[in-house]
Amino acid sequence: MTHTNGNSRNVLHGLWALTNRELKKWYKAPAVFILTLIQPVIWLGLLGNALNLGSLVGSSSFMVPPQLITNLQLTPNQIAGLQTFFGGLGDTILQSTFGTTSYISFMAVGMIAFTALFTTMFSGMSVVWDRRLGFLNKVLSTPVSRAVIILSKVFSATLRSMFQASIILLIAIPLGFKVGLAFTPLSILGIYAFLFLICVGLSSLFIAINIRSTRIETPMAVMNLLNLPLTFASSAFFPIDRMPPWLQAVANINPLSYTINGMRQLLINDTIDFSALALQYAYVGIFAAVLTTIGIVLSWRYLNK
Amino acid sequence: MVEDVIRVEGLSKTFNHSLKAVDHISFSVKQGEIFGFLGPNGAGKTTTINMLITILKPTEGKATILGSDIANESNEVRSSIGLVPQEYTADDDLTGIENILLCADLYGIPREVSKKRALELLQLVELIEFKDKKVQTYSGGMRRRLELACGLVNRPKVLFLDEPTLGLDVQTRTATWNYIKTLKNEYGMTLFMTTHYLEEADSLCDRIAIIDHGKIIVIGTPTELKDSLGGDIITLSIQKDTDITSLIQKITHVKEVKKENGGYVIKSENGEVTAPLIIEALRKNGHVVTRLSLTKPTLNEVYLQYTGKSMRDAADESREAGMAQRMMVRRAAH
Repeated sequence: MTHTNGNSRNVLHGLWALTNRELKKWYKAPAVFILTLIQPVIWLGLLGNALNLGSLVGSSSFMVPPQLITNLQLTPNQIAGLQTFFGGLGDTILQSTFGTTSYISFMAVGMIAFTALFTTMFSGMSVVWDRRLGFLNKVLSTPVSRAVIILSKVFSATLRSMFQASIILLIAIPLGFKVGLAFTPLSILGIYAFLFLICVGLSSLFIAINIRSTRIETPMAVMNLLNLPLTFASSAFFPIDRMPPWLQAVANINPLSYTINGMRQLLINDTIDFSALALQYAYVGIFAAVLTTIGIVLSWRYLNK
Repeated sequence: MVEDVIRVEGLSKTFNHSLKAVDHISFSVKQGEIFGFLGPNGAGKTTTINMLITILKPTEGKATILGSDIANESNEVRSSIGLVPQEYTADDDLTGIENILLCADLYGIPREVSKKRALELLQLVELIEFKDKKVQTYSGGMRRRLELACGLVNRPKVLFLDEPTLGLDVQTRTATWNYIKTLKNEYGMTLFMTTHYLEEADSLCDRIAIIDHGKIIVIGTPTELKDSLGGDIITLSIQKDTDITSLIQKITHVKEVKKENGGYVIKSENGEVTAPLIIEALRKNGHVVTRLSLTKPTLNEVYLQYTGKSMRDAADESREAGMAQRMMVRRAAH
């Protein structure tokens, strides 16, 4: 009796099957799917409006003090002039601080990165789940390559993040999102390229951290530890050059900053500094390549029992 | 031709340089056999299976499956084996057929082939009418059958079953075993299984290895193992209080006679044949037998004899531990 499976295997066989499994678990569970859609709405609505830094210096928030009006005996024309002048000054400050006069636009891009960070963190958790539920053992006993097991988690997290990013942008439009003058349809592709790279890098990182853990508490602790520092020590919600120097130092090595700055250039800025953009792509690209390599190498050694 | 499908020589696994989970075990499994691994909790059963299915590297020793080395030719091994794990590994959110197709994809089986196989397997394990239902609606027995179907999708030559009927009720267990036997005959596979259920091992396995503290204590067919205890046990009482020990000892097959509590305990091969001979001999000598019973040794006694523990205690303990763990995992998952 001959043993024929009729298998025509290549190195990456099973990659799509495993990626698709993760994606199906997401979009076939309506509750999870709807929650991942609602989450960015809440964040945008909440942070974008409650923490609206733009309203502090925006044109609508400037009022000529009544004392000034009585002391200088200003005419209504003069008052209106002052209001316009200082209002314009506010917009100039906004423009120079955030690169746009609309804080919600600034914020929305940060939100995309924040969501990407959040979604990729869960890929670390799913490794632990698969290990605990015995699914990982089952997969390990098949001829699927170890690297493919890791890559499938990376890609599913990446695809999910990219989908969520699109939702955030669509939601941000009615909330007042404005694209910059430099925006072209090609920028959309550029955004997805950034997202792809950062998500691949981040999910590889979180998988590598959790590759040996059997307790679900470990990835949760890691998430809690890294989530907020990574977000706030980046340009997600506040420009780096207005931070204290020590925080600047952290933010300047944070790959999230490069991703966010790059995406802002493409989406909301009026001019694009192409050398800066190239640096941003390179930084995030190297981050992704290094972390993926580490993830794959670790999977050869440590994914087994 | 009978060939060794699994050959294990001096296989060992030491964790953290000190804990010897598996200690130089050697055995072989023949083509078409059902080979059972019996042992208490922590005896090394699962560690052995994990090494054989190539997800755990042995510290020492060597094992081949269909001639391929588990350490150096793991991809060949992986292609020719199937696994039915202890846990329910099928995805709750996917349907039955999606789960089988996923397994097939992991073996790189082309879709045209895997679709046909999936339907055929679902038919065999009688899940065909539930194939498009999500697995979360399945009962425990249905999930087991689905695991079985998943484990068979690559037409394995050797199927590993790790406690395949753990936590199932008696009827479902019997049904599951009927499926396993049907599938084994259908595909001509060799089966390697671990179980805590002694009756199952007794009625299903062609050969059994009892393992304890990482060492194989004894290997043999269930009958051999039971016979190794010295055969069947006949207890009898007679009316008069005279010593008949020497009389009984002369009868063929009788191995040992002991006087206990006013009666006699006789160890003998072929108890069914010996008992009438004893009665006959005693009657000829004028004795009247008032009471006689015949006990065939069970694997439980074998197990007790070799490990010093009752299998039932070990089984209950491990079943509870297993259930508790599973329940925790399930609860956390929802």
